[in-house]
Amino acid sequence: MKLLRLLAAALSVATVATAKEFSPAIVYDFGGKFDRSFNQSASEGAERFKRDTGIAFREFEITNAAQREQVMAQLAKRGSDIIVAVGFTQASAVERVARQFPNVKFTIIDAVVDLPNVQSINFREQESSYLCGMAAALASKSGKIGFVGGMDIPLIRKFALGYVEGARHVRPDIEVFENMTGTTPAAWGDPTKGAELARSQFGRGADVVFHAAGATGIGVMQAAMDEGKLSIGCDSNQDYLHPGSVLTSAVKRVDVAVYKAFSDARAGTWKAGQLVLGLAEDGVDYSYDEHNRGILTPAIKARLDAAKADIIAGRIKVPEYRAP
Amino acid sequence: METYTLVVLLLAATIRVATPLLLAALGGLFSERAGVIALGLEGMMLGAAFAAAAVSAASGSAWLGLGAGIGTAVLLALVIAVAGVTFRGNQVVAAMAVNIMVAGLGPSLALAWFDLGGQTPQLNDAAQRFRELVWPGAEAARHTPLPGLLYAELLSGHSVIVYLAFALVPAAAWVLYRSRFGLRLRAVGENPSAVDTAGLSVTGLRYQAVVLSGVLCGVAGAYLSTAASSGFVRDMTAGKGYLALAALVFGNWRPWRTLGACLLFAFTDALATRLQGVPLPLVGVIPVQFVLALPYVLTVLLLAGFVGRAVAPAAIGQPYEKER
Repeated sequence: MKLLRLLAAALSVATVATAKEFSPAIVYDFGGKFDRSFNQSASEGAERFKRDTGIAFREFEITNAAQREQVMAQLAKRGSDIIVAVGFTQASAVERVARQFPNVKFTIIDAVVDLPNVQSINFREQESSYLCGMAAALASKSGKIGFVGGMDIPLIRKFALGYVEGARHVRPDIEVFENMTGTTPAAWGDPTKGAELARSQFGRGADVVFHAAGATGIGVMQAAMDEGKLSIGCDSNQDYLHPGSVLTSAVKRVDVAVYKAFSDARAGTWKAGQLVLGLAEDGVDYSYDEHNRGILTPAIKARLDAAKADIIAGRIKVPEYRAP
Repeated sequence: METYTLVVLLLAATIRVATPLLLAALGGLFSERAGVIALGLEGMMLGAAFAAAAVSAASGSAWLGLGAGIGTAVLLALVIAVAGVTFRGNQVVAAMAVNIMVAGLGPSLALAWFDLGGQTPQLNDAAQRFRELVWPGAEAARHTPLPGLLYAELLSGHSVIVYLAFALVPAAAWVLYRSRFGLRLRAVGENPSAVDTAGLSVTGLRYQAVVLSGVLCGVAGAYLSTAASSGFVRDMTAGKGYLALAALVFGNWRPWRTLGACLLFAFTDALATRLQGVPLPLVGVIPVQFVLALPYVLTVLLLAGFVGRAVAPAAIGQPYEKER
């Protein structure tokens, strides 16, 4: 009994201690924190928060599906104030854990979870993909371009549809080859397969290929580099990976979303509900820096900027993929 | 002409995809023919892929990487041999232990050494990878009529490991059926007590066979991380070791038939990547999920229908105990 009371006392001390100090956490998805793409972007946002505020964060990289719920419950139990779950596959885990811990804030990226303590941040990927499709069609000499997706899910179809629409916008007769790497989460981390898919598209005449495939895309971009073709990066700005071969990247500012979730939660301005970020909110964009200045010519850039303004103003309607 | 180009490219992809399978399967051939179950192919290959990428990244030489890959795989082979041959433990358990250990050890070491979340740094330098060898006149031949393309795509333009793998098939057949070592090896897998009676060391022969399988898996692993892609990522073998084992069984433990099985598996894989989104006559576009399942469906059908009874070496998996 004495022991129990001691334990209770220790516990209450612990909760007081954590309540004072703001403690954010982030859970990455398959592909890992260093996928140079989606998860890495999220990690950069968290790191920036740490640099700016000096507040450390807890993090976890998912390596098998069974870990998700366990890890989130662990983090919530250990006194995390906000838990950012990166990736749509975490939705069901967030839903369950958020119910168990109604006082912990959850932010999920790329999915919608409708609970009073969950914020759902989504991006209009079709808008940046549209611009990348335009860039690909304008840069292509053969009139054939390619797309390599990761796992075959509506989110990736969203990228693909935007890309095709953008390409058709500037070149109605363009031929687009579409490939998906797989139907399981393993499809996010198979660069060998990605390279093989890219090669198959180059073989059919494509000379620009866009990937939305996480770490699999590293292989896609490597294959483009090896064969002297162009590639388009995804999620993070990947222009630096192969300067002169990466035409541009469909940047998705997951870092901004993570940073905002952390700092809003700290300031007390965090709100549950849905948030959709597009070109207008700087949530998505195409990249232009010293690495791709040589290949993304001023003529192409001018067309992209004009289209960007049109999309923001609503003069161009980018269709969104709806799951059948 | 278009169709012809596609077929040639399909065959070229088949050769690239088949290479790691073939190397691992030949390794398994020696091991299983000597009576040691080759379930460790996956782990040896994965370990070699990691070592090759890590050493190549650190030293800048793909050849040193290859050496490290072979060294690592041989070391892992010795672990299996010590447990399964010397101490007469269960070979399946020993091999699975190696597979599981390597799956965790590779990323952990990569994390400790390179701090890139379990990957090795990207190999961007030309000397760090095995690049495609372009045969004399291949570029010129590409634009000449039919045989030119065959020469440029199918014969030329592969990395040195690919040529090595295919050259090893007749070599393995010769060693196994024409050399004294091969005869003893086969005998040790069929009837070890006869070999023992003849005054030869069963243990010694089995060690040689397992080490040989380690060498070949080492080359296969190095191919994956330093030729087919540019760096190591978690679980990059993606079950190729088990597929190689299946090819070995499918090939009835014979070198040429195993080659056929590897080519068939690789062909269906290459075909699957090319069938995606391509409208076929009569049926139209088939769903991605079906296309991705095709190699496995085909394998099951072929195994069920076309291959006769697979006869394994008689003494496979049985630890040899001298009669007292």
